[in-house]
Amino acid sequence: MAEEMRIVLRNMGKIDPLKIEDYINAGGYKSLEKARQMGQEALMEEVKKSGLRGRGGAGFNCGMKWSFSYKVQSEQKYVVCNADEGEPGTYKDRTIMENDPQSVLEGMAICGYAIGANKGYIYCRGEYPYVVDILNQAIAQAKEKGVLGDFDIEVRMGAGAYVCGEESALIESIEGNRGEPRFKPPFPPVIGLWQKPTIVNNVETFANIPIILEKGADWYKSIGAEKYPGTKVVTLTGDVNNRTVFEVPTNTSIRQVIYDFGGGIRGGKKFKAVQIGGTSGGFIPESMLDTPIDFDSMTVIGAVLGSGAVFVMDETRDIVNVVARIAGFFEHESCGKCSPCREGTKRIHEMMEKLDAGQGSGGDLSLLERLGTVMTKACLCGLGQAAPSPVLTTLKNFNSEYQAKLN
Amino acid sequence: MADYKEIINRYKDLPGGIIEAYHALQREYSFIPEDSIAYAAQVFDLPLAKAYGVATFYSYLKVGERGKNVIRICESAPCHVAGAKEVVNALEKELGIKMGESTADGKFTLEFCECVGQCQATPVITVNSKPYGDITPEKIPGILAAYK
Ligand SMILES: Cc1cc2nc3c(=O)[nH]c(=O)nc-3n(C[C@H](O)[C@H](O)[C@H](O)COP(=O)(O)O)c2cc1C
Ligand code: SF4
Ligand code: FES
Repeated sequence: MAEEMRIVLRNMGKIDPLKIEDYINAGGYKSLEKARQMGQEALMEEVKKSGLRGRGGAGFNCGMKWSFSYKVQSEQKYVVCNADEGEPGTYKDRTIMENDPQSVLEGMAICGYAIGANKGYIYCRGEYPYVVDILNQAIAQAKEKGVLGDFDIEVRMGAGAYVCGEESALIESIEGNRGEPRFKPPFPPVIGLWQKPTIVNNVETFANIPIILEKGADWYKSIGAEKYPGTKVVTLTGDVNNRTVFEVPTNTSIRQVIYDFGGGIRGGKKFKAVQIGGTSGGFIPESMLDTPIDFDSMTVIGAVLGSGAVFVMDETRDIVNVVARIAGFFEHESCGKCSPCREGTKRIHEMMEKLDAGQGSGGDLSLLERLGTVMTKACLCGLGQAAPSPVLTTLKNFNSEYQAKLN
Repeated sequence: MADYKEIINRYKDLPGGIIEAYHALQREYSFIPEDSIAYAAQVFDLPLAKAYGVATFYSYLKVGERGKNVIRICESAPCHVAGAKEVVNALEKELGIKMGESTADGKFTLEFCECVGQCQATPVITVNSKPYGDITPEKIPGILAAYK
């Protein structure tokens, strides 16, 4: 039986999240102090060496990213915490911020010291006004205690656009614009918020930082999968007995997540499919359940770890119907800036609805596949590039479901 | 009720603050009054088209009238398979309106939304952003009673 390992959620249930004293008594803000003693370059080297890779989906080495901003000469730099959490089925960043907001603030302040930034923003999704309150209280307490030094943190609210989780769209949104992704390069670490070097990291990434400094890079690197070390906070949804949040080492298998942590399928039914990484993730069949959840192992099976959302479907679920609903999500969330996504998500949705209604033909399936393949290459940002993934992976792994619904 | 000009003015020195101003308007009125956009454009020194462009880009923001209590039903995949449809039917029946409409007394508006991050308790609805989980049609009248 696999066991939970709480690193990011180490204080959950143990401290009062709205009492900074509790966090400090649990060793909080010692890592920021330590970071300042280490010096910027040694600090970044330590984070790099830990192997920590971004928990927001793209899996980029965190210390490496920081070093890009560090190297740019600029009188102003920014640290941005991505708390947009728009990926359906995901509630891990909310869990972290509700239970241990100070760990996120400390992680941001450490990043600020590393790159030479004295201003941070937390971009929190508009659907979480109650989390915004927690964050503002936590920031006020940290300021009062003086633990952040000259590092200032401000919370900004998103307003219900999934694409604003994409870092350059998020930056546009903080600037008060429509949340449309920018053309890249340049990337945010070089030219970001208000044209200044900006590090955007996920909530979970920042929450990992203090403990990495406390216990050391070698300790961290020894946990979980070799190339994607540490833990991952996963959120279970759908037809499992325990729809809840867990933190597991990254070498845990999908099967262990569903059966050991999720308690298996509800109502004694059989497993049919699992979609990991949120709504843009691939659909995974039974035969691939022994794959570890780490970033690279998931890529090998044509899936993604993404946000760590785990959406389980039992034998009674209609895959074509679920994918049609997901296609509707992407049509709605496409920002419209580039045509392969603006038009593509609309056509995919149209065809999926037709197939779901039992009016599709074999020709529609090949069209879907072709359109999906083009979109993965031609779309400007990750939204359009990943949008066809549920369609393409189900055409591949669950083709009989489509065949059964053809006209 | 606070004047929309006064609300917008509070944010005029905040860089990129127009979205925060729109949020503040919605907290007061439950929507963004149409007239306020021209004023926001002026305060933030933006072309009117841009102030509109921002207000209409975000699904959480609504330009123009809406009921005092906004009920949103999540239709993302986890809520979809957990029975969001039955919840929609129950809400429509209870309020006598269809999705996207408001009650004649101006008290309620029904809207679809995507995941609100409470998927440990699907299906989920929110009333004025407050989440209610594990919704069944039977629970609807009790929840709404608190807002009537
Ligand atoms: C459409 C889209 C939505 C995204 N949503 C989120 C999100 O909600 N939260 C997040 O941290 N990253 C999200 N990302 C990834 C960010 O662009 C970025 O890679 C991440 O915030 C970097 O932080 P990390 O290195 O700590 O993972 C999204 C990307 C795309 C393309
Ligand atoms: S891929 Fe879609 S969401 Fe991304 S820029 Fe193009 S239209 Fe916008
Ligand atoms: S899927 Fe409905 S709240 Fe997340």
